[in-house]
Amino acid sequence: MMLFIQHMISGLNVGSIYALIALGYTMVYGIVRLINFAHGDILMMGAYFAFIGIAIVRLPFWIVLIISMALCAIAGMLIDRIAYRPLRDAHRLSALITAIGMSLFLENLFLILFGAEPKKMPMIIKSVPIQISGIQITYITVITLALSIVCMVALDQLVNRTKTGKAMRAVSEDKDASKLMGINVNKTIGITFAIGSALGAVGGILFVMAYPQVNPYMGMMPGLKAFVAAVLGGIGIIPGAMLGGYVLGIVESLTRAYISSRWADFIVFSILIIVLLVKPTGILGKNGREKV
Amino acid sequence: MDKNSISRLGHLENTIGIFIIFGIMIALMNAGMINRYHQGIIIVIFINIILATSLNFITGCLGELALGHAGFMAIGAYTASFVTLNMNLGLPGTVQLIISLLLGGLLAGIFGIIIGIPVLRLEGDYLAITTLGFGEMIRVAIFNLDFLGGARGIFGIPRLTNFNVIFWITVIIIFVLFRIIRSRHGRAILAIRENVIAAESVGIPTVFYKIFTFAISAFIAGVGGGLLAHYLTIIDPKTFNFAYSIDILIFVVLGGMGSFTGAVIGAIILTIMPEFLRVGGIQEYRFLIKAILLIILMIFRPKGILGRAEFSLVQTLEFIKCKIFKNAKKPT
Repeated sequence: MMLFIQHMISGLNVGSIYALIALGYTMVYGIVRLINFAHGDILMMGAYFAFIGIAIVRLPFWIVLIISMALCAIAGMLIDRIAYRPLRDAHRLSALITAIGMSLFLENLFLILFGAEPKKMPMIIKSVPIQISGIQITYITVITLALSIVCMVALDQLVNRTKTGKAMRAVSEDKDASKLMGINVNKTIGITFAIGSALGAVGGILFVMAYPQVNPYMGMMPGLKAFVAAVLGGIGIIPGAMLGGYVLGIVESLTRAYISSRWADFIVFSILIIVLLVKPTGILGKNGREKV
Repeated sequence: MDKNSISRLGHLENTIGIFIIFGIMIALMNAGMINRYHQGIIIVIFINIILATSLNFITGCLGELALGHAGFMAIGAYTASFVTLNMNLGLPGTVQLIISLLLGGLLAGIFGIIIGIPVLRLEGDYLAITTLGFGEMIRVAIFNLDFLGGARGIFGIPRLTNFNVIFWITVIIIFVLFRIIRSRHGRAILAIRENVIAAESVGIPTVFYKIFTFAISAFIAGVGGGLLAHYLTIIDPKTFNFAYSIDILIFVVLGGMGSFTGAVIGAIILTIMPEFLRVGGIQEYRFLIKAILLIILMIFRPKGILGRAEFSLVQTLEFIKCKIFKNAKKPT
């Protein structure tokens, strides 16, 4: 039982990282109907900024976190401005290919800037496990869970309570109608990219804390899995991304523990397919029938 | 001239065109203008052409985004290698290769049907992520199955892929795809791309055609994978990762979705370009440049090089004839 709880906790730990990254995917998808393949690389950028801040400049963790979030937010907005905005009205696949191109660009840019070999991330937070009646919780896990919950609550408040959030919801509902209501659509989309990228940066930093090394391709696999999480929960739906992230993290952790660590990815993807076959729009997705 | 004889003449012109290309390539190889290194690149180009046209069949003609094409390739590659290594009938190399390729393609096609079935319920991005998931599952499964060599992969596959074989296989595949898409079935597939509901309401069995498209495309991808395996002589699961699926998609989109000749052009350009950049002394930057070119192309010409148009030798010849003989009849 204790072991089970232990695995659940590690699942929650991974799951909250997936959830944070999945939020970026789902927000962008909800508003522009684009699978932002470059999001995984935003995560990588966040991790690299943290690496520079901590290993080279030696700043304290919280300042690094904020700087990295800000830089990633700017990067996200720039990516939208340069690559995606000219394609707002083009075929959806063209925008998707641009996103893939952006992802390749960022990976290779960081490959040239920092080299291909993985860099070791210094342990900034002591990983002394806290013992609670036989269950070990590392300090990093506590920070990961707390930080992701704070981020999610903040996002929820932002989307549901503020004027910007209202604009975001309106644009994702109907772009043309919200333009008529006087909403600056491009600005709203830019803000969505900024918020999504900032959350991605947090996810990236938490990811390097859990697996302490950085390399230019590190964003690929967590990005892919976070995307799976977003689809699992119902892409475009913010609570869906959180739910999907946690479900994916827990499933992965339990599979590694009880079935086989080698087949974990296989089981993660087969669960995705089974869920989609049973409920084609994801766990929280609305089942809208297409009308003629 | 009536319509029939024009099309017969067109077939003749196309056939002659193919033989001329083949003849030129063989002549250049014999003259030593194309060395072994170039030959390797040419074989990779042909493999990429096969994969690009096969993906174009799903993404361009049926209009569904598929992100797991490398998975079908992997099935074809592993099956074909397995057959070649374990079936010692003492057949000549080419016959052996063709048997292996057919079996590899067949298994990939069966998987294509299995993956095509979810299409009954899914659409758009959900379908895309399902194909991505299947591709990754296939890779992870191969990675963990010990009789397939696991992470080490299979090695010691005889190098049976050569220029002659791959050239004619590519020609046959493109010919067959053209015949399908220009037939009644092809028009049905195109109708599904344009509007599923309208297609269904005029009595096209959309489910059948979606699965049919997936099966054919997977079969061809499997053949391409088998050819790659018999060229590289070593295959491992890492070859068939998500990035390869994306590469194939980029060929298709660059050339123009829905255009087979476009897919061919896309595959040729994107396979050669990194080699040229390698020669140019900017080796480090070649993938960066590739990415930037891709973004710029998408921003300024989002429908790809050819769009949905096909390059036609017959029409080009007619056009040239018109230019040369000003008084000649305009092509209709």
